[in-house]
Amino acid sequence: MALIQFIQAGVEIPIFNAYSRSLKSKLIHIATAGKLSAHASGHVIVRALHGLDFSFADGDRVGLIGHNGAGKSTLLRVLSGVYAPTQGQAVRQGSLSSLIDVSLGIDLESTGRENIYLRGALLGLSKNEINARLDEIIAFSELGDFIDMPVRTYSSGMNLRLAFSVSTVIQPEILLMDEWLSVGDEGFKHKAEARLAELVESTKILVIASHSRDLILKTCNRVLWLEHGMIKMDGAPDEVCAAYFG
Amino acid sequence: MVLPIKLNKLFHLLGLIVTLGWHDIRGRYRRSVIGPFWLTISMGVIIACIGLVFGGIFNTPMDEYLPFLAAGIILWTFVTGAINEGCTSFVSAEGVIKQLPIPLFVHVLRVVWRNILMLAHHIVILPLVLLVMGKSVSLIALLAIPGFVLVVLCLSWLAFFFAIVCTRYRDLPQIVASVLQVGFYFTPIIWMPALLPERLGAAILDWNPFYHVLELLRAPLLGSAPGITSWLVVGAITILGWGLTLLLFAHVKHRIAYWL
Repeated sequence: MALIQFIQAGVEIPIFNAYSRSLKSKLIHIATAGKLSAHASGHVIVRALHGLDFSFADGDRVGLIGHNGAGKSTLLRVLSGVYAPTQGQAVRQGSLSSLIDVSLGIDLESTGRENIYLRGALLGLSKNEINARLDEIIAFSELGDFIDMPVRTYSSGMNLRLAFSVSTVIQPEILLMDEWLSVGDEGFKHKAEARLAELVESTKILVIASHSRDLILKTCNRVLWLEHGMIKMDGAPDEVCAAYFG
Repeated sequence: MVLPIKLNKLFHLLGLIVTLGWHDIRGRYRRSVIGPFWLTISMGVIIACIGLVFGGIFNTPMDEYLPFLAAGIILWTFVTGAINEGCTSFVSAEGVIKQLPIPLFVHVLRVVWRNILMLAHHIVILPLVLLVMGKSVSLIALLAIPGFVLVVLCLSWLAFFFAIVCTRYRDLPQIVASVLQVGFYFTPIIWMPALLPERLGAAILDWNPFYHVLELLRAPLLGSAPGITSWLVVGAITILGWGLTLLLFAHVKHRIAYWL
C-alpha cells in the first residue's frame, strides 16, 4: 500500500546572494561585529509552502494546479523526498519515481548504452536488472545502431527517446510528473503515449502538476489548487477546475 | 522521512557509487587514443621532470630519491584529489540532488572512489621506478594495505565534511586548495626529511598531519614500517573527524538541498 501524508507541512527556502555564500564575508562580519558590513545580510527566506494538510492513498490521481510560483514544483520536490519540510511533517510510504526531468544524468559524451546503465543506476536499478531489460529498452527507443554512438551525436528527439525509454522501465507505487511527457515524432508519440498510460494505470498514486485543463480532467480524480504556497482548494476535478480556469 | 537503510538497499547504493565513479574516470580518457594510459603517462612525465631537476639540486642519489618522489607525488595527488574534489561533490551533483532522493553520502563516496581509481592508474609507475632503480619490494609493503584502509577512512570524512561546508560557503574550496598547496611544500614529497636540520625537521614532520598520512602508505611501499606515531595521529584524526562530521551532518542534512 502506498501512502502520502502531510501534516501542517511547510517549506521555507533560504535565498543566498554572493555575499552570504562567502565564508570570508561571514568571518569579517563576525570579527568586526557587523559594523564594517555595508551589505544587506543577504538572508532572505522565501516561504514556498505553508501549512499543507492532506493525505493521498491508493487510487488517488492528483492534479496540482496553480499559477507560476504557487509552489507546485517545490511541492513535487517535497513529495519526492528531495526537500525535507522545514515545518510540520511529510510521511511517505511506497517506492517512488519521478518523470519530472527524464534527461537528468544523461551524459553527452557517453554512448546511449552507457547512459542506460548510468540513468538506470540513478533510478535505482541494479546492473543485473538493467542487463535483463537492456534489449527491451534499446528496442523501445528505436535508436538501432546509434545506441553505441555518443549521445552528443543524437538529435534532440533521439535524446528524449532514449531518456524516456530508460525512465519508464521502472514501475513505482508513487509516480510524480510535471506536465504530460510528449516525446518524438508521430510514430513514436503513440507508442510513448501507450507506455505512459500503462505506467500511470499501474501506479498506486499519481501526482501531476499541469496547466492543462484537459489533461487534469482526463487523468485526475482529485485536484489540489495551490496559491502562494497554500492550498486554496482540494476536491473533485470538475469543481476545482471550474473555479480555477473559470 | 529517513528510513533505516536496509542491507540490499545498501548494496544497491554501493553499486551506484561504483558505477558513477567509473563513469567519471571513463570521461577523463574518452576521445584519447591511448585511453587509460594517458593518466599514467602524464603522472610519469611529472615525476621524471621533478626527479631530474630536484634530484640534481638536492644532489641526492637517484636510486633513493626517485622512488621516494614517485611514491610521494602519487599519494599526494590522491590525498589532495579526494579532498579538493570532495569540496564540490554536492555542488557538482546539484542536478541529481534536487531531483532524486539519493542519500547524500553517495555523492561523496563517488568522489573518493573516483580518486581511488585514479590512484590505481598512477601507482603502476612505482614498481617500474623501483625496478629501474634496482630496488626490491619487501613483505613490509603489505603494511600499506591496513594503512590504505585507514587513509581512505580519513579522506572520506574530510571529503564529506568539506562537501557540506563548501555547499554553504562557496568560497571555501579555493581556501582549501590554498591550504593544501602550502601543505605540499611543508610535507616531504619533493624534499627528503634527511635534508632538514634536525630541530626544524622534528617540528615540521611531527606536527604535520599530511606527513603522517603519507608515511602510512609511503614507508611500507619503500620498505620500512611506518612509525607508531603516524598510526596514532591518523587514527585519532579519523575518529574525531568522523564524529565531528556526523554531528554536523545530523544537524544540517535536511538543509543541504536548500543550499544548492
